[in-house]
Amino acid sequence: MVHLIVQASKYLMIFLFLFYTYECFHVFHYEGKEKEQRHIYKVQRRLLFIIHFDAFLVLYLTTKNVQLIGFYLMQLIVLLAIFSTYHLFYKHASELVLNNMCMLLAIGFIILTRISIVQALRQFIFVCGGFFISLLIPLILQSLSLFRKLTWLYVILGVGALGVVAVAGKTSYGAKLSLSLGPVTIQPSEFVKIIFVMFIASMLYMRQDFHQVMITSIISAVFVLALVASKDLGGALLYFFTYLVMVYVATRRFTYFAAGILAMTAAACIGFKVFSHVQARVQAWSNPLAVIDGAGYQVCQSLFAIGTGGWFGLGLGQGLPNKIPVVTKDFVFAAISEEFGGLFALCLIMVCISCFFMIMNISMKLKDNFYRLTAVGLGTLYALQVFLTIGGVIKFIPSTGVTLPLVSYGGSSLLSTMIVFGIIQGLYIMQFDGRAQKKEQKLKGAKGHAKKTRETYR
Amino acid sequence: MQKRQEKRTGKNREFLVIMYLFLFLFLALIAYFVYFQVYKSEKFINSPYNSLQDLFSEHVIRGDILSADGEVLATTKTGKDGTETRSYPKGRTFAHVVGYDVNGKAGLENQENFSLLRSHEFFLKQIGENLAGKKNMGDTVVTTLDSRIQQLAYEGLGSFDGAVIVMEPETGKILAMVSKPDYDPNRVKRDWESLTADGSTVLYNRATQGKYAPGSVFKIFTTLEYFRENPKAYENYSYDCSGEISVDGQTIHCAGNKRHGQETLQSSFSNSCNSSFANLSLSLNRTEFKQTCDGLLFNKNLPIAFESSKSSFTLSDKDNKAMAMETGIGQGKTLVSPLHMAMIASAIDNDGILMRPYLVSHVQNDSGVQVTGNTPQEYGRLMTEKETALLQKYMRAVVTEGTAAKLSGQSYEAAGKTGTAQVSDTSDTTNAWFVGYAKKNGYQDIAVAVVVEKSGAGSTYAVPIAKKIFDVYFNR
Repeated sequence: MVHLIVQASKYLMIFLFLFYTYECFHVFHYEGKEKEQRHIYKVQRRLLFIIHFDAFLVLYLTTKNVQLIGFYLMQLIVLLAIFSTYHLFYKHASELVLNNMCMLLAIGFIILTRISIVQALRQFIFVCGGFFISLLIPLILQSLSLFRKLTWLYVILGVGALGVVAVAGKTSYGAKLSLSLGPVTIQPSEFVKIIFVMFIASMLYMRQDFHQVMITSIISAVFVLALVASKDLGGALLYFFTYLVMVYVATRRFTYFAAGILAMTAAACIGFKVFSHVQARVQAWSNPLAVIDGAGYQVCQSLFAIGTGGWFGLGLGQGLPNKIPVVTKDFVFAAISEEFGGLFALCLIMVCISCFFMIMNISMKLKDNFYRLTAVGLGTLYALQVFLTIGGVIKFIPSTGVTLPLVSYGGSSLLSTMIVFGIIQGLYIMQFDGRAQKKEQKLKGAKGHAKKTRETYR
Repeated sequence: MQKRQEKRTGKNREFLVIMYLFLFLFLALIAYFVYFQVYKSEKFINSPYNSLQDLFSEHVIRGDILSADGEVLATTKTGKDGTETRSYPKGRTFAHVVGYDVNGKAGLENQENFSLLRSHEFFLKQIGENLAGKKNMGDTVVTTLDSRIQQLAYEGLGSFDGAVIVMEPETGKILAMVSKPDYDPNRVKRDWESLTADGSTVLYNRATQGKYAPGSVFKIFTTLEYFRENPKAYENYSYDCSGEISVDGQTIHCAGNKRHGQETLQSSFSNSCNSSFANLSLSLNRTEFKQTCDGLLFNKNLPIAFESSKSSFTLSDKDNKAMAMETGIGQGKTLVSPLHMAMIASAIDNDGILMRPYLVSHVQNDSGVQVTGNTPQEYGRLMTEKETALLQKYMRAVVTEGTAAKLSGQSYEAAGKTGTAQVSDTSDTTNAWFVGYAKKNGYQDIAVAVVVEKSGAGSTYAVPIAKKIFDVYFNR
């Protein structure tokens, strides 16, 4: 009987998530029609809660672990709290971005609870903290216009943090990524990337002449080289590409972009020659089964999981995701595909695309060049990170060791992504308020006029 | 209004470029994911390293393995208390090819593990069984093996160690695969310690993984290379055999020091004259010889979805003349597997085209409805038609006037090459070889490779086994 519920839930969750994903794009059909849109967002939230409930029902039935009921309720409360606080305090926040953020968080909760309750609990605490911080961000953004003036502070903070990691960082999987501060380990590059984006935006929002671009480039190179020194080549790629996109958007010169891509290709070739762990990863990518006893082990386990899961998955709790090394971080996508199915995993990609499009959509409409550039930079970071992690997991590209934002386990990654989403919401609200003010003024003017005419006729 | 819109899209052009770039990247990502699931995943799912396969045994009873003629080769017996035991009714006869499923896996039990653990029963039946808390019945793997030929090959080897492999050149179907020493697959768990004791090679499938010196069988390759280098002049080749040849202090003897006298290339081949072949080997271009052998599947994985080993061939200008002569008569450093030789015989019979050998005809659910099937697949052309015609003629001469005369005068037309390979440089013990094929109107051709370890001459020990198989196969 349990087996049957597990199997039925598998199909139900795929169906519900397909529906959710469809609505992510369907909603643009009703641009300008607020009532319809609001209805769709409501449907999405319901779908989210049903998926979350169904998943925990299956987890409980298969493990009979009573703790899960309590944990489910805690998660439910936090998700409800996120929705209601936003609705209460930020009426004009983007509901699609909010829904997607919560959907990704919920999927992360489910898969982490299934793999390791201990990690899921820690993740839960980080979500609570991240929620609190991200709630304050729109407020800070609105009241402080200081951020565009802190250029050199960004440089000192960012390069300093990355430098400390390069010198004193803890090595894991061939790269230095994290710092141990007593009981906690943090991954500074996750936070520095936001600082990095703000630095470039502050450099280029006013002047885009050659001189300014050169200074920006040199300092960006310092950031990137600091990452290379820590052998965090995935991070270096992420930073460099974001820098390229921001310079391109700011200067509107495609030649910069093209030259940068060429330089990136050259750097990749040099990196391949210089770093043995890059060679190992490329080898593991080109033929993982041939090196399954060494470098290819992780990718092979990931592909076994994805392949055996097939389109419909093995069912929650029915696979062996723990066979994949670091499954909760870099390879969480494989675990999702294994147990929820390939269709569910495809929907997950679509939801991430939807997030990226919303961020770009918001940035396009922003008038203030500083915020515009910031939003583009953050959007690029987000999209590229999703692409690199999923591409690596499914062997589309060599694995680069980056995490899936909001879903993967890891406090630094989670907090920084929630800050990014907070900034995006803040910018969206700002843009909405700008429009609303204008509208109100127009409306006031019209009303005043009407009053006058009525008065004259009296 | 229009102007303003233009200005707007102009202003946001960079955004659109970035969005399209990422859209393209993500679409490529999704396309690859779909491609992986549809085309590539099977390879990973079926990998013996994939530990997820065994999860299925919790809900599925491991399916049966059948021979092509419907004999049960492996089945699962469920006791009253629900314990499942794997049973092999044909025992030792099919030991290596069917394999085992305890203490690891081997043979078809390993290769077809996932098919055996998947159930394609009618879905309502599956749901019914689920509700009743019963297991579903796994799919049945139907092999290409012919139980009668397998039995003949098994009995033919008698108490010798060695291997026999029989296949259909036109389809690539493997009809029999025997390796000795053998074991009782029903007792693998109980006998594990002795089976895996130091020095024991019992579990090793010699038919596909054995690496033997080919001996005179290799003259097929030497002849082909000589023909390729001398496409016209080969007809004028002549050699006066005095029973031995000495070059640079190395002497090579013909079998029993027999003087073959004046010979052409064809009679050198049918007499299996070592002196003549050592002589002509000296004239061969070694780089081209290596290329010819590489083109005939040396030094690479054989195109089969089954555990198999690579055959090896090395010869370069660094080697001395003695090594060149030894290599030309199949001693030297060359090592081959019986499967490889059977594939070469098949390709020669099939006018130069090699069909991929396969062991699984199809997979069906427990009520006999086919789930997936294998069809004959061409691997490619190994030799030109002219080259195969020459080899066919020469291999036929081996039967009509040479070392495999025991196969002449039958209702079928056989062709082949014998070999008597020294086990090592210092020993006079030899392995007997026969590699060849036979045909008869109204029957599919069959190709065989036979190795009888530590016996004697190929004509005495290996040819009779091939004959037994041909006699029965072509008289039913």
